[in-house]
Amino acid sequence: MSFFGFGQTAEIDIVLNDAETRKKVEHKTEDGKKDKYFLFYDGETVSGKVNVTLKTPGKRLEHYGIKIEFVGQIELYYDRGNHHEFVSLVKDLARPGELSQSQTFDFEFTHVEKPYESYTGQNVKLRYFLRATISRRLNDISKEMDIVVQTLCTYPEINSSIKMEVGIEDCLHIEFEYNKSKYHLRDVIVGKIYFLLVRIKIKHMEIDIIKRETTGTGPSVYHENDTIAKYEIMDGAPVRGESIPIRLFLAGYEMTPTMRDINKKFSVRYYLNLVLIDEEERRYFKQQEITLWRKGDIVRRSMSQQATIAAQRYEGSNPEPTSAQAKEETD
Amino acid sequence: MSEATVADTRRLNSKPQDLTDAYGPPSNFLEIDVYDPQTIGVGRNRFTTYEVRMRESVVRRRYSDFEWLKNELERDSKIVVPPLPGKALKRQLPFRGDEGIFEESFIEERRAGLEQFINRIAGHPLAQNERCLHMFLQDESIDRNYIPGKVRQ
Repeated sequence: MSFFGFGQTAEIDIVLNDAETRKKVEHKTEDGKKDKYFLFYDGETVSGKVNVTLKTPGKRLEHYGIKIEFVGQIELYYDRGNHHEFVSLVKDLARPGELSQSQTFDFEFTHVEKPYESYTGQNVKLRYFLRATISRRLNDISKEMDIVVQTLCTYPEINSSIKMEVGIEDCLHIEFEYNKSKYHLRDVIVGKIYFLLVRIKIKHMEIDIIKRETTGTGPSVYHENDTIAKYEIMDGAPVRGESIPIRLFLAGYEMTPTMRDINKKFSVRYYLNLVLIDEEERRYFKQQEITLWRKGDIVRRSMSQQATIAAQRYEGSNPEPTSAQAKEETD
Repeated sequence: MSEATVADTRRLNSKPQDLTDAYGPPSNFLEIDVYDPQTIGVGRNRFTTYEVRMRESVVRRRYSDFEWLKNELERDSKIVVPPLPGKALKRQLPFRGDEGIFEESFIEERRAGLEQFINRIAGHPLAQNERCLHMFLQDESIDRNYIPGKVRQ
């Protein structure tokens, strides 16, 4: 995100110290486009330089102060005026005075807390950015630079499977099972559907992944559901005793980790929806919530010291050994 | 929990399917045939009955019985009841060139419509335990003074 001071006397530019080495990731903007931004983790230091360039050399720039801010904020689209800042740090770069020539200012926000993951959704946006501002009498000159923050997790200690028997009395009884309740973003959902009783004419069965974004609290809660994936697992009519396997690779879908009640402002949750469709196009379904989490990359090995500290905070143990990422096992 | 280097995608364990289940007929699958139309009676008191045949039972029903079933279901069950083939009132007027409602092609058309109607109802999970439907499909004759309700098995 950037906006330039109009036409005027000076231009500001923010450059990170580790711009050469730091990884960039793609992140969707509000209008659906994808852009690349620098990736940061919780606890990492954000340091760099602010370059103030005078457009007309010789002409002095009078100002009421130059500062740089690091902001983390939540923006609800239906309430644009109110930004909810959960991180707000300021560093003063220059006291009120005059600049007679272009100048560069160093800044460092040490071990900044970044508690939540960057998120751009249908009704809400959570973003982190640096903002350098030259305060002036009539209008300020400022420049923003967005960064993306990701929250990492390690394998959960308890990860029970989901197993349930559901149905309509005397009509359809099934037992479904998913191997885990918590999946990382490149995991595989392994499961099965076991038919105990089938008295209707089933045409096919599918699994849908549904993302539900919840914004607002109390009476003004709003849920936005989005079907991210539809995956057919059975075509044709099953009989009693038949077992249908499920193997759904999550890496192919664009998903975020599960976010619960972020700063009491919004949640993003994911559900598996098992849908059976009969000959008359009637739909029978069972929805089950799953927890998604983000696993750290092996590439972390080459990160700076600070990033390793941040990662270790989550891992609690040694980083994982270098080995190939999950490969598809053929049956 | 150890960190796997290769994702474990093996199938979950499952009970092997019993051969009788695998090769047996679909359990309690309601497939209903409407057969063998027969016109009974003479002159103005004629009417056509149809054989309503399920796997284990056979009954004889006429068009007004189907109408009765439709009304019962519309009143008691929550399903959207599919339409019946037409009443064909025009065909019941006198001075027609053909046999009216006893015309073979018309009876065949009606038979097909009734078969489709009854199969669609019997396949609906919310209609399957209605007492009126069970009586229609299995009882010798329809007792119009029955007590409506659900069948609990």
